[in-house]
Amino acid sequence: MLEISDLETSYGKIQALKGVTLSAKAGEVTCLLGPNGAGKTTLMMSIAGILKPTRGSIKFEGAELLGRSPAEIVERGLALVPENRLVFPSLTVRENLMAGAYRRRDKAAILSDIDKMFDRFPRLKERIEQTAGTLSGGEQQMLAVARGLMSRPRMLLMDEPSVGLAPLVVAEIFSIIRQLHQEGVSIFLVEQNAHMALKVAQHFYLMEIGRVSFSGTPGQLAEDDVVQRAYLGKRASP
Amino acid sequence: MAELLQRTIDGICDGSAYALVGLGLALSFGILKRLNLAYGATAMLAAYIGAWLYRKYSAPIWLVGIVIVTATIIIGRYVEWLCFSQNSSDLNHQRNSIPIAGRDGREVIALASSFALWMQLEQLAIHILPRHLNVFPSLAFREEWAMGALVLRPDRLVLLMLALIFTFALHGYLQRSKIGLAWRACSDQRVAAHLTGIRVERMYGFAFALASALSGVAAFAILSLDGQVTPMFGMWVLLKGLTAAMLGGIGSVRGVFFGGLLLGVVEAHVQALLGPLWREFAVYLLLFIALVFPWRPYGAKQSFA
Repeated sequence: MLEISDLETSYGKIQALKGVTLSAKAGEVTCLLGPNGAGKTTLMMSIAGILKPTRGSIKFEGAELLGRSPAEIVERGLALVPENRLVFPSLTVRENLMAGAYRRRDKAAILSDIDKMFDRFPRLKERIEQTAGTLSGGEQQMLAVARGLMSRPRMLLMDEPSVGLAPLVVAEIFSIIRQLHQEGVSIFLVEQNAHMALKVAQHFYLMEIGRVSFSGTPGQLAEDDVVQRAYLGKRASP
Repeated sequence: MAELLQRTIDGICDGSAYALVGLGLALSFGILKRLNLAYGATAMLAAYIGAWLYRKYSAPIWLVGIVIVTATIIIGRYVEWLCFSQNSSDLNHQRNSIPIAGRDGREVIALASSFALWMQLEQLAIHILPRHLNVFPSLAFREEWAMGALVLRPDRLVLLMLALIFTFALHGYLQRSKIGLAWRACSDQRVAAHLTGIRVERMYGFAFALASALSGVAAFAILSLDGQVTPMFGMWVLLKGLTAAMLGGIGSVRGVFFGGLLLGVVEAHVQALLGPLWREFAVYLLLFIALVFPWRPYGAKQSFA
């Protein structure tokens, strides 16, 4: 569904992605692991069209995304829930959701989708006219996910949805990911919390300093020595 | 007592002119988060073009009005292109298509280049009409309405009406329209605005054009009541508009309206009580107090409304 090949992205002279190749299948949860500074967020921002890669290709459902604007990418059915949530702090919860549906023209369906979001995230409903800046971190993350879903994406990109949240809230976020997966939304997830990610994802990639260094199933991930040491907190056998 | 009331009324009428010129400034500042120092000069140059049309071809007043608003939009585009534009969807290549300055962390450059453009536009205006004082097509109806001990000037009330209409129309547009929502989203969190599919550059361009057009409307209304235009008009627009906007808590459209009125009323009273020298002193003292102890009548903290 999403095929990235040999992608290179730079910030000025610093090359953050040094030829990334990976793919995410339809109907699956694909998870990208990796330490800080590996280029995970750069990859997500490149897919969403915020950053412009210098080389390579990003194909979504067969169509090239490289060179497309963020708006066109949203229209094609990809939505990114960014790192650190980035809700619109002075807009109300309802306005945040309306903004998420910005490229859609079907007004009645937008309104019914907002109601559906409130069924999915009941806590947001209580805060519907509150500005997003007054929400707790967990509520802001829910709002960011809901805003992403408002564009009716076929694939949802999520950049570290659990970062900075309390364990209970993290569990809630992951149960939402599982639920979305069951409903048929394809998900490409960046995560540092490998334990949680192991419970939802069907395929894993590991990224280190701008390159993909591992690709495999959850079983293979659990066996892989490097991943074990770096992300699952186990010591290598002597 | 009647005198006090009369001065307050006069102050409110003057203040509505300040509010009118402050609106566009607050709009562009609220959305782009950049101060456009060429704002007054844009209005002044457009006014000079209007006055030139009037003098040379005796253009009818409605045509002068249309030309001024169109000119402010065109000059505004030029200012935006030079000082504030940038291919901002492209965060890793901020050098694309920026003649002078950009939007990201380059406030000072944008500010300085808008200052340079201010001077450039002022020179252009003087080149078009070299005399210091230039006639402007006048709508002035000089009659006065007496109401008991008070005197009302209907031409000043027109300004008050205009300021009210534009303030609340702009506020309503920001709060209720889809573009208003997009503007507030861009102002709040630019990257997220891109991610929701808002075409951010287009929104910035549109906001800047509307802000410029507002300065054109304000300039036309004020100058046609005065019947003349001088090169100082640009400076006047910038100073009064900026002061009104800051008094109202910059970043609030309704705040500009009340900031303008407050400025007008304070000016009128201090001038009558202490003389014109103290008037300017009082204005800047007031501004200082407002900046040190910010009061935000509409609670706009991050974004603007």
